[in-house]
Amino acid sequence: MTEFTPLSAALGGALIGLAAVALMATNGRIAGISGIFAGVLAPVRGEGRADFPWRLAFVAGLLIAPLLYQALGGLRPAFDIARPLGFTLIGGLLVGYGSRLGSGCTSGHGVCGVSRVSKRSVVATATFMASAIATVFIVRLLSGA
Amino acid sequence: MKVLSALAVGLIFGLGLTVSGMINPAKIIGFLDIGGAWDPSLLVVMASALAVASVGYRIVLARAKPAFEDKFQLPTKTEIDRPLMLGSALFGIGWGLSGLCPGPAISAAALGDGAVYVFLLAMVAGMLLKDGWKSA
Repeated sequence: MTEFTPLSAALGGALIGLAAVALMATNGRIAGISGIFAGVLAPVRGEGRADFPWRLAFVAGLLIAPLLYQALGGLRPAFDIARPLGFTLIGGLLVGYGSRLGSGCTSGHGVCGVSRVSKRSVVATATFMASAIATVFIVRLLSGA
Repeated sequence: MKVLSALAVGLIFGLGLTVSGMINPAKIIGFLDIGGAWDPSLLVVMASALAVASVGYRIVLARAKPAFEDKFQLPTKTEIDRPLMLGSALFGIGWGLSGLCPGPAISAAALGDGAVYVFLLAMVAGMLLKDGWKSA
């Protein structure tokens, strides 16, 4: 389906790790996107938050990044949704709900938590990896691909 | 300063996601698809991120405080409870169905594919469903 790209994977991963460390060094926070983004929703939920500005700035950085990448000479990043829209919609609902219920996602638990050797994050990561792999496997079986 | 640093960190994080191809759902599903043509790239991304973060965190957390705040804000829970397990399982199903998760989806929004906006709106709905509203 997609090619194994070890070099760019290693470089990109290092940048992700660096960003996580940098956020801790500057703002003292875990770089867990689900949590940071949920905080941006606070005004929508009627909850005032004093730490809204840095959260919005972080999300803005994420948004701008692929544009910066291209401005710096990178090729337009490959994007293939690879799924029917219904899957994307239901997936979004589950990712939103699940990340809040489980207190984190691939960045918060998978990168930040595991690197801190947090028991909770190791369990969370193993759990969502397993359920994600199982989901893709079942979809493959059912679609007869 | 903490707003500027957050912006810069968001940019670096997003660049990492972009460079590694993690904003491409096909690449995520390629990793999760162990029964198909397997693309282990995500494993390398994780390993690299973990290598940097585990060393970096150790250095940074040995300090008295972060640069622009009074203290480090680290998670305090240690128990492996039902919400953690159930939430992670549900998250994984959603991730497996869509090939997207919060960080990559936000970055991918810049590429303009309408499907990403559908994901993001649904993700917001899912978060609001869980977190609820303050009564007016």
